[in-house]
Amino acid sequence: MDKELDIIIIGGGIVGTAIARELSRYQLDVALVEKESDVGWGTTKANSAIVHTGYDPKPGTLMAKLNVQGARLFPSVCEELDVPYKRLGSLVLTPDEEGFKVLEDLKEKGKINGVTNLEIIKQEKLFDLEPNLSRDIKGALWVKDTAITSPVELAIAFRENAQENGVRFILDTTVVGFDLEGKRIKSVKTDKGSIRAKWVINAGGVYSDDIARLAGDDSFSITPVKGEYALFDKEIGSLVRRVIFPLPTETTKGILVLPTVDGNLLVGPNEHITTKDDTNVTEEGLKQVISFVKREVPSLPLNMIITVFAGLRAKELNRKDFVIEPSPVVENLINVGGIQSPGLSSAPAIAIYVAEILKDRGVELNKKKHFIPERKAIPRFANLSWEERTKLIAKDPSYGEIICRCEYVTVGEIVEAVRRGANTLDGIKFRTRAGSGRCQGGFCGPRLIPLLSQLLEISPEEITKKGKESRLVIGETKR
Amino acid sequence: MKEIKTDIVVIGGGPAGLAAALRSGEAGANVILVERDFELGGILNQCIHTGFGLSLLGVELTGPEYAETFIEKVLSLSNVKVLLSTMVLDIKEKTVYGVNKKDGVVAIKAGAIVLSMGCRERTRGALGIPGERPAGIYTAGSAQRLINIEGLMPGKRIVVLGSGDIGMIMARRLLLEGAEVLGVLEKLPYPGGLTRNVVQCLEDFGIPLYLNHTITEIRGKYRVEGVIAENLLTKERFSMDVDTILLSVGLIPENELSKKIGVRLDPRTGGPIVDQYRETNVDGVFACGNVLQVHDLVDEVTRESYIAGEGAIRYISGKRRVEGIINLRPGENIRYIVPQRLSLPVDSPPYIYFRPQEPFVNCQIIGKSNGREFTLGSYEYARPGEMIKLRLKRELLDSSLDIEVSLVGEKE
Repeated sequence: MDKELDIIIIGGGIVGTAIARELSRYQLDVALVEKESDVGWGTTKANSAIVHTGYDPKPGTLMAKLNVQGARLFPSVCEELDVPYKRLGSLVLTPDEEGFKVLEDLKEKGKINGVTNLEIIKQEKLFDLEPNLSRDIKGALWVKDTAITSPVELAIAFRENAQENGVRFILDTTVVGFDLEGKRIKSVKTDKGSIRAKWVINAGGVYSDDIARLAGDDSFSITPVKGEYALFDKEIGSLVRRVIFPLPTETTKGILVLPTVDGNLLVGPNEHITTKDDTNVTEEGLKQVISFVKREVPSLPLNMIITVFAGLRAKELNRKDFVIEPSPVVENLINVGGIQSPGLSSAPAIAIYVAEILKDRGVELNKKKHFIPERKAIPRFANLSWEERTKLIAKDPSYGEIICRCEYVTVGEIVEAVRRGANTLDGIKFRTRAGSGRCQGGFCGPRLIPLLSQLLEISPEEITKKGKESRLVIGETKR
Repeated sequence: MKEIKTDIVVIGGGPAGLAAALRSGEAGANVILVERDFELGGILNQCIHTGFGLSLLGVELTGPEYAETFIEKVLSLSNVKVLLSTMVLDIKEKTVYGVNKKDGVVAIKAGAIVLSMGCRERTRGALGIPGERPAGIYTAGSAQRLINIEGLMPGKRIVVLGSGDIGMIMARRLLLEGAEVLGVLEKLPYPGGLTRNVVQCLEDFGIPLYLNHTITEIRGKYRVEGVIAENLLTKERFSMDVDTILLSVGLIPENELSKKIGVRLDPRTGGPIVDQYRETNVDGVFACGNVLQVHDLVDEVTRESYIAGEGAIRYISGKRRVEGIINLRPGENIRYIVPQRLSLPVDSPPYIYFRPQEPFVNCQIIGKSNGREFTLGSYEYARPGEMIKLRLKRELLDSSLDIEVSLVGEKE
């Protein structure tokens, strides 16, 4: 890229894409560089998908401020971008009488942070709300405004909307260093060449400290903390109807059980300090997660697990807060690191906060005349009424051809996903849900490979699960 | 919404649906056979190996040849209408809702419904195998589709987890396509599939079968780079240098639609609870083939589906009556029995299908009712991988009380 950009964002997770979309409101030349083939494939794709209200973070922290702001922005952001958002409420359970003290403290902390709609409830009401909870539970803090969303869909929506408003997305491209001139970054060096930019925003997730270090900035350090999850069949998706938390500890909100926006049941995460490339699910980890939740929801049927996965939290253990600030070392670098939970909830507020930092630093934020705030999601056949389905098929018959039989995804949706930039099996899955049902792509997988090959005009050997070396087939059979 | 009325609707055009549609069509009923794929035949189309039809047709055919035999017959009946590329999404009462490109949404109101949706494969997620989630992990049936229909090779160095029939057949198939098959791992002390497949697919080709073994870790971030296998008896672990894992770890009857209309399932089979006509607890709803119980041979699927087709005819012609019920209970060493109940009156003693809990030799099958015991059959071998079919004795039915079937023998 020859021309100097105004801003380059490193990292296409929920934070990087939210910033990209926020900056796309302004007359700026912005690009985002991401090492994977798609957005949202790091921490964004493997977390609890909760929009926390903000009762939990320590008052006075950046985390507390941005969480509460982010949670307030969330409904309108999801509406503009046509992303699922469901206000279910959550329950923080106490197994004993002493726990009520902790719940009172949480409620008080919530009040200081500006969170309302909190109520402490006793058994009778609790079991009325959640009949499948263990009768050993004594009570709960009911947080009525807790919501769930779909983080990868949101990252995709941020990307699509940002793209429509002029941001460039440079995927499959890894940042390997910087060209510095004194205390300024001149250009970002990647494995595909250099990109010149006036400002660099580091939203590198678990790698954000490494990115900063490449520019000589070691002002913060990220510890990857793994969390393992199990996802259950939709058939038991309403075993609980709210997000169920245990009492929080010093470092974590604990192992949860909750419905997903797609109607599955999600259980996890535990926490385990690890390396930045370790998303291994372990036998012990799964046992820990399941046995913990079984105490709260004894009827959880283990034969209904459809998949297991693990994600990494990017924790800054010294500051125990988000690190969102201009680099103390490099003049034109802004670090957005340590975005652990409630990072998702905070993302819309983080994006605005970063824009303000840029403004404070003298970047002119002039609004675009023709900014398009809305983005429409790909039609989801499974969620339509019979009338809507009839109309859609009449307009485009490919919506009458179902390719994923578990999630009722049609060929029409696949075509649209490819048109919007999906170029891998996982890219298709996160956009349409093809392959995310109970057969886990057993049926649609072998049919999607030739379809993608045709739509993308590449050979089947070039189709991957998730980019790089993740080829699905090695060639043709003997002829 | 396009609305159609018919006597019988059959959901699924694999071997079960074909036989049910054929038998009810031959009896003169108006039948609609709904198939989600663009062609009839179901999973038989990708089973290009031989071994089909020996018991029913007396010839050894490939899967597509076996399917073709029935497709031709079905298509020759003018009262059987086939809806291809049509996916059934919902059933309410006796109305089946499907979609396809041509008609959009189709609502088929029928007098009776035959469920013949088949089964799906258990996945890695259901097993919870630890490790990363790279490309290169396929269920055996998906790999079979890739190779035999799409003409694409999933990998070069293969390990198969689970010794189900498709797993063993695919081990051989991949070897013939030039891949290196390092072995088949089975966590149980005996193979999951037919003895004939152990011999013809593994032993004859020198593919090792590791009994009492499983995979404890999958390596590789983007593509499978290897697995850690464990001997469950000695706890010894070793790594296998593979780029592909095939899973053949069980089949699950696909009853999501059945459940929508209140069909009760047998937790032992994962399929509906049926009587000797293959009628479920919901009046006029029948089930046959792998949606009812996972079969070992397609010939028996066809026979079972003839029964369901006849049952549906009997139902719509108003000849069905139920004067009482006898439950068939699996006793000692028996995993399940199909049918699970008999509707009285019973015209002639029906055949029952069952599998033993584990492998036995020199064993007898005993039926008990009202304190009386009868030997129903004797077998040199009885193995979980092979279904046993035998006829009940008239005397067992005399008392109209529940019947327990058990197996007595030596463990193999």
